[in-house]
Amino acid sequence: MAAATLTDVILAGAPVPHHGPWPRVVVRPEGWADATELLAEGRATLLGLWGDGGWMHMALAGGENDIGVLSLECVGGRYPSVGQRHRPALRLERAARDLFGLEPEGNPDARPWLDHGVWGVRHPLGSPAKTTDAAPPYPFLTAEGEGLHQIAVGPVHAGIIEPGHFRFTANGETIVRLEERLGYVHKGIEGLMAGADLDRAARLAGRVSGDSTVAYGLAFARAVEAAWHADVPPRAVWLRALMAELERLANHLGDIGEICNDAAFALMHAHTGVLRERVLRASDLAFGHRLMRDRIVPGGLAGDIAEGGPAAIRALVDEIARVFPALVELYDDTASLRDRTVTTGTLDPALALEYGAGGYVGRASGRDADARRSPGYPPYDELAFAVPSREAGDVDARVWIRIEEVTESLSLVRQILDRLPAGPVRADPAPPPSIREGMAIVEGFRGDILVWVRTGADGRVERCHLRDPSWFQWPLLEAVVEGNIVADFPLCNKSFNCSYSGHDL
Amino acid sequence: MGPGMLRLLLKGLAPPLTEPVPAPSEVALRELAGAVDRAARGTLGRSLSIRHVDAGSCNGCELEIHALNNAIYNIERFGIRFVASPRHADVLLVTGPVTKNMREALQRTYDATPHPKWVVALGDCARDGGCFAGSPAVIGGVSKVVPVDLHIAGCPPPPIEILRGLLALLQPGTR
Repeated sequence: MAAATLTDVILAGAPVPHHGPWPRVVVRPEGWADATELLAEGRATLLGLWGDGGWMHMALAGGENDIGVLSLECVGGRYPSVGQRHRPALRLERAARDLFGLEPEGNPDARPWLDHGVWGVRHPLGSPAKTTDAAPPYPFLTAEGEGLHQIAVGPVHAGIIEPGHFRFTANGETIVRLEERLGYVHKGIEGLMAGADLDRAARLAGRVSGDSTVAYGLAFARAVEAAWHADVPPRAVWLRALMAELERLANHLGDIGEICNDAAFALMHAHTGVLRERVLRASDLAFGHRLMRDRIVPGGLAGDIAEGGPAAIRALVDEIARVFPALVELYDDTASLRDRTVTTGTLDPALALEYGAGGYVGRASGRDADARRSPGYPPYDELAFAVPSREAGDVDARVWIRIEEVTESLSLVRQILDRLPAGPVRADPAPPPSIREGMAIVEGFRGDILVWVRTGADGRVERCHLRDPSWFQWPLLEAVVEGNIVADFPLCNKSFNCSYSGHDL
Repeated sequence: MGPGMLRLLLKGLAPPLTEPVPAPSEVALRELAGAVDRAARGTLGRSLSIRHVDAGSCNGCELEIHALNNAIYNIERFGIRFVASPRHADVLLVTGPVTKNMREALQRTYDATPHPKWVVALGDCARDGGCFAGSPAVIGGVSKVVPVDLHIAGCPPPPIEILRGLLALLQPGTR
């Protein structure tokens, strides 16, 4: 009999002190199993699942702000697989097995995930053991039937894209099965985090996925601030949101154009490319870096906005607001383009819900979720914005979510500039005298980013886990391309725009 | 959409949008002056076909490479274009600290590129691994896997700096 709610599971566990802002509890295998049932029954959403020495941690959301972290000691290096009952956990468990050597008992997939057999070491974050074996073959899942053939794509792709391998099984032009193989850009970021001081750790966090450098900087800073109970000056809070919305604008504008470009509609790409460049130039002028990298630090910002920054950003949003409606009309009215995007790559809302898919992937398939609103973080509680949601779940719907979010972000930028408080932008937090743990969930342009951190008595990072939204989107791409033609894969893929680096870490 | 609006959209991309031609990077010219294959470089003519390889980048460099194709930098006006296959490339533009999981793919891409060829290592981690140096999962710099002719610094390098580096490759004096 499963426990009634996540709250019941948390109350039955042993609380771990100094973890914020949500509770972390040590559970027994029964509690772990209850939580797994909650996930399997769709009564909780998996936010993250990661290893830590001989422990596994699982972050879940049971509902509005009902969030917690469950920790299970892996006796003998083993724990009951969550993935055997709840598919979104499968790859996370394979990754934790590769990195920590923790065995998810019952996980039906014994293949490695991030470890391609060439690191020269096994379980680099657990008990590292040197290896000398050549890279073992990777058996792809099979599809059998008359006339089926395989198409192997990558890891080096034909465009300016990150590397990953796609194994298609096709019947003529129609995709019967796609299987992804990722991990090519695994850099060992979580290993580098261990022992890093806050400055270095913040720089590493800002390099998990370059397109989300602001969102990752923010998520890491907020996790540390939650752990240390550190206050951030109001001006920094608002400027952080300003940067986050500029990053969202730049990425959405880029994506809208690139999706259209993958349908051979270059005019849209040309225009959005110019608008995206304008965002990056205004960001550079205001914050001293086109992608605003390394600007957010625990305790606030590395520096204030430049004197001419607010005016430049106002001019930017005015220009986008002037040009963008014509581009939206162009998209809406071009039948040959819509013919490519409508009913292509349709994601079933039930799958979006099961995987807790964030961002435009989830919202285009009816999932009404946005971390800025729930669990929420300042200053968004003082700002007016709508969270668009659609039901169609196709490439077209994912374009429209982005279009609507561009409009929302323009409004948010104006609201922030109108109400930007004065004052300092940094208050260096004092390291607490002992171990502290914190977690943050931040809405990047692609979806919710989770960062969990533990710092030691010396103020350094002991363990930091960074979970990209792509973990819960990549598997869905495999599902949506089924039955589509191979030539529509780039369109589907771009409409998801998952991060390879953010996933591979 | 009426014909008027479409005309407006097309007109919006008229040449004044385009960035003025920048000077080739002095740093790049100095690095290239020492290249031994100056004669071979003359065979390139005034165009470059570039194959990009992400060997472990955070994807920041890719964003700025993409920007080179926008109407503002308009890189094709210099005879520089990105190609889909290493078989068609003069230059490999490599980003990232080179992860161990990408070593073989990078080596194979290099081997598949016909001579004469040049390798440009783009970004701080392509030089020496950057902030990822020391990780057991990375090799730490493109030159540890394939010979590098030119480094372009930055995290990521702004498009104008990438352009200045590539223009240095096209300079007659360095060929």
